[in-house]
Amino acid sequence: MDTTVARSPILPTPETSFERPNYLNAEYGWKSWLFTLDHKRIALLYLLSVTVFFGLGGIFAGLIRLELLTPEGDLMGPDTYNRVFTMHGIIMVFFFLIPAIPAVLGNFLVPLMIGAKDLAMPRLNLASWYVYNLGGIFTLWAIVNGGVDTGWTFYTPFSTTYSNTYVVPTALGIFITGFSTIFTALNFIVTIHRMRAPGLNWFRLPLFIWSTYATSLIIMLGTPVIAITILLVAAERVLGLGIFNPKLGGDPVLFEHMFWFYSHPAVYIMILPAMGVVSELIGHFARKKVFGYRVVAFASVAIAVLGFLVWGHHLFVAGESIYSATVFSVLSMLVAVPSAVKVFNWTATLYEGSISFQTPMLYALGFIGLFTIGGLTGVMVATLGIDPHVHDTYFIVAHFHYVMVGGTIMGYLGGIHYWWPKMTGRLYPGFLSKLSALLVFVGFNLTFFPQFILGYMGMPRRYWSYPPEFQVLNVLSTAGASVLAVGYTLPLCYFAWSFKYGKKSGDNPWGANSLEWDTPSPPPTENFYTTPVVTHGPYEYTREGVHNRTTQEANFG
Amino acid sequence: MSEHVVTPVKTYVFVFVALLVGTLLTVLVSEVDLGWANNIAAMSIAIVKALLVLYFFMELRHSTRMSALTAIAGFFWLVLMLVMIMMDYWSRHAIVLPVPGK
Amino acid sequence: MASSPLVDRHGHDVHGGHASRRHPAHQFDTMEQQKESSTLGMWLFLVTEIMFFGGLFTAYLVYRTLYPAAFAAASSTLNVPLGALNTAVLICSSLTMALAIRSAQVNWRKGAMIFLVLTMALGSTFLVVKAFEYHDKFVEHHVPGHILNTPFHFVLEDAREASAIAKLDPDYQRHAEIFFSLYFIMTGVHATHMIIGLGILAVLLFYTRRGKYDSEYYNPLEMTGLYWHFVDIVWIFLFPLLYLLGAHLHG
Repeated sequence: MDTTVARSPILPTPETSFERPNYLNAEYGWKSWLFTLDHKRIALLYLLSVTVFFGLGGIFAGLIRLELLTPEGDLMGPDTYNRVFTMHGIIMVFFFLIPAIPAVLGNFLVPLMIGAKDLAMPRLNLASWYVYNLGGIFTLWAIVNGGVDTGWTFYTPFSTTYSNTYVVPTALGIFITGFSTIFTALNFIVTIHRMRAPGLNWFRLPLFIWSTYATSLIIMLGTPVIAITILLVAAERVLGLGIFNPKLGGDPVLFEHMFWFYSHPAVYIMILPAMGVVSELIGHFARKKVFGYRVVAFASVAIAVLGFLVWGHHLFVAGESIYSATVFSVLSMLVAVPSAVKVFNWTATLYEGSISFQTPMLYALGFIGLFTIGGLTGVMVATLGIDPHVHDTYFIVAHFHYVMVGGTIMGYLGGIHYWWPKMTGRLYPGFLSKLSALLVFVGFNLTFFPQFILGYMGMPRRYWSYPPEFQVLNVLSTAGASVLAVGYTLPLCYFAWSFKYGKKSGDNPWGANSLEWDTPSPPPTENFYTTPVVTHGPYEYTREGVHNRTTQEANFG
Repeated sequence: MSEHVVTPVKTYVFVFVALLVGTLLTVLVSEVDLGWANNIAAMSIAIVKALLVLYFFMELRHSTRMSALTAIAGFFWLVLMLVMIMMDYWSRHAIVLPVPGK
Repeated sequence: MASSPLVDRHGHDVHGGHASRRHPAHQFDTMEQQKESSTLGMWLFLVTEIMFFGGLFTAYLVYRTLYPAAFAAASSTLNVPLGALNTAVLICSSLTMALAIRSAQVNWRKGAMIFLVLTMALGSTFLVVKAFEYHDKFVEHHVPGHILNTPFHFVLEDAREASAIAKLDPDYQRHAEIFFSLYFIMTGVHATHMIIGLGILAVLLFYTRRGKYDSEYYNPLEMTGLYWHFVDIVWIFLFPLLYLLGAHLHG
């Protein structure tokens, strides 16, 4: 390898990496964790928080699928059902999908991947975790008090005037958590601009950094808009204003414009980091330079920019003008282009690569397939002729779950599995992890593919009962959800197990060629013993390196 | 960097006076009914004032290109949001689709 | 010139918090890198503020487009001289803020303190004037919503004007209420930012007195200056949009 890094005088072996001071054993005690400024520890704190929220959101999902086993509304009343799907949406979107990859993997990896000692603003980083949890507390308080029934999109005037649930605390919780993401994004942008190691110019950065950077741009520009929208909703509700209330001269469509101005780019906040992870996984597990590196890098930025120009496709049937709708429809098709370009480039990377089907790669490959389906159906619903028929049906639900779960969550899990040895110095059971990946893939498709059909056949979303002819597909979907639940629970178990009992991984179990692997696993608190000097881009696998699989297979269980 | 360049007090005072003049101007112009031109005048004066504050008080004059780019991006995004949301409202009655049978 | 800020009156070396003037924080290699990072960080934060206020400007633009007559009528009830005075006050406070930073740049600690105090005084003046304006609106029953015991009630004194507006917009009272909703929220959010700014200035004043800032390290002053000037820019746009819409109606 050409990357020059001063190595410790002791050649790192699995045991000595562990005994050497690393960020995990540098300090002990709850204070050293709750007041840490180390980006790696903060990443693990976030891992804990997002996992808790994911579990909570998953429970609500389970309740939805249980109710929908039968056509009648028999498990719960319609008001309760409204609250259940609303809390599922709010928790999953704001407290899991948006923060997960940036706050866990991004926080851990950004300084490591650019050869820095920490992020630019470590205290801001810690603050962002506390703010995240503060927002979470508001929302949890609202849940405990019966939740909210407006849908995660809390359209007006229902949310501002007619709903009798705790809209304001929930909205405030989201408002506060929004600051958490802004702090993180700000930190990332400044760090990537100002703290790259010598020799690390923009086009030698790993694609995960490009994606994280593009994501951070979206966060900075979009999140404040939903913040002010939430403030207006809260003000309207509390003070009895009429900004979004048609009875008082307000326009509910304005709410939708302002809401979706953020919430559409938000889905790119969710998918771009996952795409960044996939770029890393494909490159390293095919032992090949990612095809068209610059194109993929620019595509990330293109997605970020174009993603801001398409929100009107959520308003096709809301009453926006047909002229506006046409413009948004065309732009929505345009935004699919850079995403598709990435899929083509990943596929081209695989061609003539030396592919290794380790667990992270399974998730990456699953991502490519599922994201493609989700993305293609996205182009379908961007079409003005189709959307009015499938809007507010399960077709839409299936579409966004394909990209958010089949996309983001697969990317997240793939990343966790890939960088777990880096973060903990431990390996997890190989067979069990591959089984889990398979269960996730099968369970996911079983859950959500029937929903495309259901939606196309006309089953509306957010309804707690449905005509009996839809039952078979709903049962299949619920069955799939059970499989998916197992697939998600297993990693929770074996990762927890591996913390203590997992085989020690050594510094670079994957034999990957990238800056974060040039330092011990787990890394020392200061990341690198001396500042690395970078002389080439990432994914520089030589012909010999391609055939050198011994490092990969030998260490891994 | 700006830490090596100290702006003279005179410059700041000139900008200050210019801003006050702009304020006076905008109030005077608003009292005359010029129809659409009122909006243009008010916004133009406000933009010039903002640019003065950005360039001199906020030292964009001596700052890195990155700072300037960031500021420009921010305002550009605001304009983007304004224009694309207004696109809906401005065009709501522009195209009327034919009703079947009429 | 004031005595060297490196030592206080007891001759003790005065250090900053986590980063002394001579050494950057541990994650940075040089003071230059630290300064550039914090500057970029502050500009990025201001971008979020642009979009935050931008949402309010968007709502304003939409409703002004939909209800031009009602908005003009409502706007004409605001006190233009007070608004203009407040604009001048804020512009002056931007001048004093810039001069405070400049004082630190040339190692004039006392000057920095004086200008910081002036900035705070001017900012407080702005808020006091604003409070008077809010009170006026309360007295005239122009406070929207149902939180107060006095319901919203918008009536134009001039009967001719009232009937002219009613012809253009029969529902103008309801639409005027939207104007006032936006007025209170936009100026309220702006005032909140000013209050936060005053708090930060107080902290800076405290540290300036302790001699923390000099020509080699005055970054926190500069960053706060950026924030303060930005809040001024927001008002530069708020003033004509809120106060001067209906100015020609009574002209």
